[in-house]
Amino acid sequence: MKRCLGLYAAAVYLFLHVPLVILAIFSFNSSRFTVWQGFSLHWYRAIFQDQELSESTWNSIVIALAATLISTVVGTLCAYGLWKRSSKMLSGSLYLSLVTPEIVMGISLLALFQWSFRWLDWRLGLFTVILAHVAFSIAYVVIVVAARLRTLSPSLEEAALDLGATEWQAFRFVTLPALLPGIVAAALLALTVSFDDYVITSMVAGVDSQTLPMVIYAMARRGASPVINAISAIIVVFFGALVLISERVRES
Amino acid sequence: MTAAPASNSGWERLRGWFLLPARIWMAALFAAPFAIVIAYSLLTRGVYGGLGLPWTLENYRRVFDPLYLEIGLRSFWMAAATTAICLLLGFPLALFISRAGRRKNLYLQLVILPFWTSFLVRLYAWMFLLRDTGLINTVLQHLGLIHDPLPLLYNNGAVLLGLVYGYLPFMVLPVYATLERLDPGLEEAAADLGAKPWPALWHVILPLSAPGIRAGGVLVFIPALGAYLTPDLLGGGRTVLIGNLVQNQFTTARDWPFGAALSVGLMAIVGALVLLMLRREREGLL
Repeated sequence: MKRCLGLYAAAVYLFLHVPLVILAIFSFNSSRFTVWQGFSLHWYRAIFQDQELSESTWNSIVIALAATLISTVVGTLCAYGLWKRSSKMLSGSLYLSLVTPEIVMGISLLALFQWSFRWLDWRLGLFTVILAHVAFSIAYVVIVVAARLRTLSPSLEEAALDLGATEWQAFRFVTLPALLPGIVAAALLALTVSFDDYVITSMVAGVDSQTLPMVIYAMARRGASPVINAISAIIVVFFGALVLISERVRES
Repeated sequence: MTAAPASNSGWERLRGWFLLPARIWMAALFAAPFAIVIAYSLLTRGVYGGLGLPWTLENYRRVFDPLYLEIGLRSFWMAAATTAICLLLGFPLALFISRAGRRKNLYLQLVILPFWTSFLVRLYAWMFLLRDTGLINTVLQHLGLIHDPLPLLYNNGAVLLGLVYGYLPFMVLPVYATLERLDPGLEEAAADLGAKPWPALWHVILPLSAPGIRAGGVLVFIPALGAYLTPDLLGGGRTVLIGNLVQNQFTTARDWPFGAALSVGLMAIVGALVLLMLRREREGLL
């Protein structure tokens, strides 16, 4: 049975990874067709000459950094607050936000923004995208930080209090440092989900706030281009490394 | 615990505010938008695609039109098939990882890794393989096995493949978590009592991993039911699922009230499933 299981697992791993590996290999193909003609970095050079791509990448970076910063602060405070005093209402809505189909979240945010335009003088753009990204990232941050908090014993803070620390000092010098790996992992996770999102972003983005996934989507819809392979390879390697780092940090 | 000294009261008051930013954000950008959608679902579509009075339940009645009911049923079956295939692929994988000893973490990361890279990129990877001029068709044509490209992309099968590929980790992780907690002595006991490995797996391990399978099932079924991007890219408009129908009502068809009613219905199903799962499992994530 052990051999069977090993073979089966190997097949599933191949299923998971081979498509991405092939995609990456063909980003080095000198031909624009799916026939291997020789090694070339042509498509990687093409990325940097494409203005649409560089603008959208820049937008994505700004959005992801802003959304990560806000959601990490809000989510960490929330996780700590829930640890001290649970709130069914709040954890319920966080759960629900995690399982809400993206398209439903996208259209409801669009509906909200459209509705607000009757009273407020603003329009769809980077700002609305950031607001939306924070809305769906908070739950991820809370879950990762809460998981870290559960590994901490409440008696740790109590011990600090018994030794004469104030509650603030107990939080600042005992709980927060112990929480840091969880916070870093949560931030990296928020960064990844924000940078990657297409569905919600495409609903609430304006003409001047195209993100990288939106451009990739449009290109994929138009047809095959090795440029997409090249960007994909960069994204996979970059975020793959980020996830591995985050796992390391969380385990430490 | 000792009584907090007076100097703490400021901090304690401050700590009371910790939940506030999350509360405000979730109220303003999660609850409020959905409340608006519920309100829209009860309105009538205006002449030029806007919103108008009177209040009506007509949009909900239209959900049960045979045309839309068919889309709903198709989504349901696709999600069910996705869940079943994920279980078939995911359970043995989780079992394998749980028995991998020192390499457990590595194997687990290999499951998580593609999951967090990029959803869009992973879908494009399959488009790259399956399209008419894609790798599979090109190779088969070069080998002379086929003359015309096989229609691999833009059909139900491609969508199903994409859904399984996308959500497989959601099955593997919770199943692995329950298997990991099982007492290794259980299997030894079964073996000592004369059970062969396969019957022991079927009668002992499988029933005990039911909580993980249930959790994984819900975690796969929910996103598969509301999937939008996978059917959009791999189905190419031919395989319309609920998610695409919702998107279509808000963009091309410009029938916001009906799109809103569909969203509310979808959320009702999702919410019910989550409640069902939470009620069964005592330990939550939060």
